[in-house]
Amino acid sequence: MQVTINVNGEDHTADVEPRHLLVRFLRDDLGLTGTHWGCDTSNCGTCVVLLDGEPVKSCTMLAVMAAGHQVRTVEGLETADGLDPVQQGFIEQHGLQCGFCTPGMMLTARALLDRDPDPSEQQIREAISGQLCRCTGYLNIVRAVQWAAHHPAAAAAATAPSAGSTP
Amino acid sequence: MTAVEEPVVEERPIGYGRLKRKEDPRFVRGKGHYVDDVQLPGMLHGAVLRSPLAHARIVSIDTSAAEAHPKVRAVITGEALAGLGLAWMPTLSMDTQAVLATDKVRFQGQEVAFVVADDHYAARDAIELIDVEYEPLPPVINARHALDADAPVIRDDQEGRTDNHVFDWEAGDKASTDAVFADADVVVAQDMLYPRVHPAPLETCGCVADMDPVDGKLTLWATTQAPHAHRTLYAMVAGLPEHKIRVISPDIGGGFGNKVGIYPGYVCAIVGSILTHKPVKWVEDRSENLMSTSFARDYHMHGEIAATREGRIRAVRVKVLADHGAFNATAQPTKYPAGFFHVFTGSYDIEAAHCAVTGVYTNKAPGGVAYACSFRVTEAVYLIERLVDCLADELHTDPAELRMKNLLRPEQFPYPSKTGWEYDSGDYPATLRKTLELAGYDALRREQAERRARGELMGIGLSFFTETVGAGPRKDMDILGLGMADGCELRVHPTGKAVVRLSVQTQGQGHETTFAQIVAEELGIPPEDIDVVHGDTDQTPFGLGTYGSRSTPVSGAAAAMVARKVRDKARIIAGAMLEVSTEDLEWEKGRWFVKGDPTASRTIQEIALAAHGSLELPDGVEGHLEATTVYNPPNLTFPYGAYLCVVDVDPGTGAVTVRRFVAVDDCGTRINPMIIEGQVHGGLADGVGMALTEIISFDEDGNCLSGSFMDYLVPTALEVPAWELDHTVTPSPHHPIGAKGVGESATVGSPPAIVNAVLDAIGVRHADMPLTPGRVWLAMHGGVEAPQ
Ligand code: FES
Ligand code: FES
Repeated sequence: MQVTINVNGEDHTADVEPRHLLVRFLRDDLGLTGTHWGCDTSNCGTCVVLLDGEPVKSCTMLAVMAAGHQVRTVEGLETADGLDPVQQGFIEQHGLQCGFCTPGMMLTARALLDRDPDPSEQQIREAISGQLCRCTGYLNIVRAVQWAAHHPAAAAAATAPSAGSTP
Repeated sequence: MTAVEEPVVEERPIGYGRLKRKEDPRFVRGKGHYVDDVQLPGMLHGAVLRSPLAHARIVSIDTSAAEAHPKVRAVITGEALAGLGLAWMPTLSMDTQAVLATDKVRFQGQEVAFVVADDHYAARDAIELIDVEYEPLPPVINARHALDADAPVIRDDQEGRTDNHVFDWEAGDKASTDAVFADADVVVAQDMLYPRVHPAPLETCGCVADMDPVDGKLTLWATTQAPHAHRTLYAMVAGLPEHKIRVISPDIGGGFGNKVGIYPGYVCAIVGSILTHKPVKWVEDRSENLMSTSFARDYHMHGEIAATREGRIRAVRVKVLADHGAFNATAQPTKYPAGFFHVFTGSYDIEAAHCAVTGVYTNKAPGGVAYACSFRVTEAVYLIERLVDCLADELHTDPAELRMKNLLRPEQFPYPSKTGWEYDSGDYPATLRKTLELAGYDALRREQAERRARGELMGIGLSFFTETVGAGPRKDMDILGLGMADGCELRVHPTGKAVVRLSVQTQGQGHETTFAQIVAEELGIPPEDIDVVHGDTDQTPFGLGTYGSRSTPVSGAAAAMVARKVRDKARIIAGAMLEVSTEDLEWEKGRWFVKGDPTASRTIQEIALAAHGSLELPDGVEGHLEATTVYNPPNLTFPYGAYLCVVDVDPGTGAVTVRRFVAVDDCGTRINPMIIEGQVHGGLADGVGMALTEIISFDEDGNCLSGSFMDYLVPTALEVPAWELDHTVTPSPHHPIGAKGVGESATVGSPPAIVNAVLDAIGVRHADMPLTPGRVWLAMHGGVEAPQ
């Protein structure tokens, strides 16, 4: 089937099998490997992308179902102004270790902050509760989202030393 | 939101401390490069057909329909592998494991056939077309019946075998221990099961095998925590020359011990690439990961503790029945079939101890040493910390007081334990005191009494753990004959930037940052000027990899030592530059200067340039500024900590809420406190999972009941509290920078604290993990759930 999906602001038209999952379309056909997969049962959330601004599990959606919609992946978080505050927050607060859950977590956080710029700790925990992280024990992910909430301008880069540099 | 603001803690890290991670800029952009991200031209895709039965004879395998699939390039069976001598492979415990089953299947999920096809979907379609006829056999599922006289023999592939016995192993002194027990005032005995759990990293296991048909070189991108060990094993198993194998372990999405072993899928992908002359990718799905790759624990323990009436612990003895599954594939040093379980005497000053461990085969997946267990230290710590609480219950004494009374005292270090360890350093009472203060222990006990009066179930649980990590001294420790020492190479470029090459591999621990910090501290080159290369056998020196918390204790020591070698060489060159004797030079971070004349100095960067220039060097001194080293640790390191957990139990449902968790760790010198805290956080969440929700269980036919994340319940952000951390610092006296390792401390130390808290809440002496609402409710009402 022919589909046209807008991914990170760009239209992509492709011929796909009806059973082709959105996650595989993004990874295998578009080479956007920042979207991961980690289960077969819609439990882990490493595959989360934004569909028209709302988090969806791209392993649970067929590519054809995304036709005509706007998909945003981790590769679409950074803008010409620099990293999204959520991305900077994950760096600042050590919200990631192996990085496997991180793209999905950041996209959910982005959607949350778009809806509510100053969520409570409990609201953050609830927002990410459909996603698993095996490394961080979640606390620093919560802190990363809070950091982003407190630094809403993408001028994040200016307020903090870049990763790996000497403080 | 105040509850989770960044804590301000006093700390004494080595140079650069809370440095932001070098890894993060790529990860937050989705630019990590994991195995499944590898795309090669012409790449084919593999899928494994697995056994639906736990124990069955294979009558026939018909692959003709699969072979006829238009997108299938190869179908591989055990019979085909047998022709290549590859149907069986050695395990890390010197047993053998079927790559693809030939005679029988021995656990549900075992590998039976492998299909290589043009795409992922076609490979999965084609495995459905393979027709296997099985003759079911009675399975051995309950380890307690594995040694029954009439138990079916699982490993009849081994000639002459008539039972399911794997090994017997003992540590400590039985006679003296029994003597203490015979005249002890108080003896408390308790059976406990550390259930089978699974590391379940979010990235499953997989590989891309690319055999170049022209030069005969195999490149294998693989989810491995030990790329060098894997390369050597492939050379030994497959007869491929070692220099023609390159193992690349790129970014790894969590390991936790799950990615130490070699799995049949890797071998099949390699064979697939050899047969098709194309790269072959194989990545397992989640069910395959949970059902077939290395599980953890499965220790049936009977522990006894002897004490005086006043609460002085005198001796501990333990009998363990260890369920190793269908193949003995545990990854641990050869001499230690029960890992480092004999650290079960814990943190206490006792007179005698003894343990006897029996390993058995069952019709379940192989494994056993994984999930951040530090080679079975997890089971040992759980055992002793539960026994101490059982004793406190028996004596009607406070568990904190009982621990304080029995902890080793600082002046007893280095402490020779009753089971043969030499604990390197510690100030245990100070750490426990800090935990109790931070938690507000007395106030918590008062609150508990008030709540109890109102019928509310609040529990407070403690654990004090001592780990034994950093394997290990070559004379005692090897895996399949490979000594557990690690190499390191350091080169300072002419412009003063550097590259350090490691034998270990990060799976999220942040090595690219912390190893740069170690070298930076030793040489005074800023960490951003130091590139850390790892995870590629063609680019790094040999070493056994990252597991058992060994990166910092072994490879971290190697990094410090190699930097010191470079510093020594820099001294010679500085002497030549300044035309003084090296004796007259003194080091200050980043430069050598003339004693008494600090203005006469050369920075490490100036020295690097001169080392590559035309400066005349003393006789016998080569140019350039680089060094290599191999670090053979003189002893293990012994990180420790005191943890406290507060839970609330719903009296109606038995549901447990972890309200607070206080963790004070002592991992010796702290390199990057931010990374340490992150590792502790992650381990504590693992502990909540093991204590409350995670278990790999089976029905009586051997069907795995935990083959997906719908049944294997990993904690989410809602099940864990905002961790409260602090630390003490007791450097290791034998480690070059005093660091002990911390990656597994919290996974090891937290489960008993949580279980102790739940049992404290409900006033029951013991119940087995995971303490799900159903089990807690049963325990509250005097019932026990039949063990798995
Ligand atoms: S891959 Fe696990 S929820 Fe999508
Ligand atoms: S950072 Fe590894 S799973 Fe979340």
